[in-house]
Amino acid sequence: MIPSSVCKVSVKINETGLLHISRMLNVHRDICGYCGCCVSVCPEGALELIDAYLSVEENCTSCGICAKVCPLGALEVVHEK
Amino acid sequence: MRSKYDVLVIGGGPAGALAAKTAAEKGLSVCLIEKRPAIGAPVRCAEGIGKEALAEFIDPDPRWISAEMSGAGIVAPDGFEMTLASSMAGGKVGYILDRKVFDRELVWRAADAGADVYVKTRASAPIIHDGRLKGAQLECCGNVSKVMADVIIAADGVESKFGKWYGIDTTVPIREIMSSVQYVMTDIDINPHATIFYLGNEVAPEGYLWVFPKGKRAANVGIGISGRKSGKGHRAKDYLDRFVKQKFPHGKTIECIVGGVSVCRPLECTAADNLMFVGDAARVVDPLTGGGIYNAMFTGKLAAEVAADCIAKGDLSKKALMTYDREWRTSKMGRSIERNYHIKEYMIKLSDEQLNAIIHSVSALDLTELSTLTLIKELLKANPKLLLELGALAASIR
Repeated sequence: MIPSSVCKVSVKINETGLLHISRMLNVHRDICGYCGCCVSVCPEGALELIDAYLSVEENCTSCGICAKVCPLGALEVVHEK
Repeated sequence: MRSKYDVLVIGGGPAGALAAKTAAEKGLSVCLIEKRPAIGAPVRCAEGIGKEALAEFIDPDPRWISAEMSGAGIVAPDGFEMTLASSMAGGKVGYILDRKVFDRELVWRAADAGADVYVKTRASAPIIHDGRLKGAQLECCGNVSKVMADVIIAADGVESKFGKWYGIDTTVPIREIMSSVQYVMTDIDINPHATIFYLGNEVAPEGYLWVFPKGKRAANVGIGISGRKSGKGHRAKDYLDRFVKQKFPHGKTIECIVGGVSVCRPLECTAADNLMFVGDAARVVDPLTGGGIYNAMFTGKLAAEVAADCIAKGDLSKKALMTYDREWRTSKMGRSIERNYHIKEYMIKLSDEQLNAIIHSVSALDLTELSTLTLIKELLKANPKLLLELGALAASIR
């Protein structure tokens, strides 16, 4: 199995002013069908389909809309504590 | 590649190809770029188009027609199948294309008309000077170049990014993206001359499942479900696999296709200074059927015609290019999108029981013409109560 690649780390500042990593978008490249369905719904414009490669840009907020609509389930928002 | 063109077309699907061909035929210098290494692949389409619709743009050719359709069937959630046969429809009504060959033919024709064509070349940013769109930065095999153009036609499909980079929001609402999967299957028992649509919230929530013949025992078997109904364990692929296992257990899948189809309203505005959106990038897919080939070719051609006029007049402002926006909106295609949007919004709210009742009642009608409009008109006649629920729509189609 091809290792999945972690594409984006979402950094948030909590009430105490501490920086913590909350969520990130994981692209399972062995599942992705590079179709662009996710790109069309991304409210931040953070996804781009470059031929057969889904690129995740810095402004991804890990909102999970892309993960929900993916026809194959190639995207996953991973929650971290 | 020249450093300056009259028209730069981003995307080599049917919208981009018709835009490039039309602009070149008008005597303009045209550059068409396609980010993929091949035109026509991967296919992201169920490949159906009406016979008359196709004929507006190109003479049918067996090289890119997989099958001819003479009828259609709609399967209700309860399993009842309503057929719309050729006797009703007056012979052949449509085709299932071979998009890999079809798209290539369209781009070939654009090239023959004089357009420059570059594959494996993508636009990576707009070039803006003094607040005005002047061209695009292109990337090809690691080389970055700049191409200036008087007009850019964004034909970059459902995953369109060019508008966003330019500050135009083209995001498709989650409930209005059809999350789709399709298998090209062979060795299956089908009616080779009828497209079959399966409806129902268990089969394809807020969408439909299709079997579009590609040959005697081959078909595009696919599904689109609403993005809001999609999620872990109940994605488009899960629904399709369940259907295939039950309906075509011995079929062989020779290709797996995924995609997203927008069924939202078109972009609020499809023209800006020096820029027009066409095809899927303009979100002009028919919201009821998900069909987009005709609409792509129509908007591509029209955008190029308007570009030629505006270049001749030396005015490429949004105001001048808005002619394109107005013309497609008031065209038969534009009106059909608006009408079908209302029908889609109505249909997705129906329970399986309501869908069953409607399909049973339509099947009892004597339809003389196979079209969505005829279906709806007859449906309204048979179910006057619907008139109340479909107020605005009913008024628009009388």
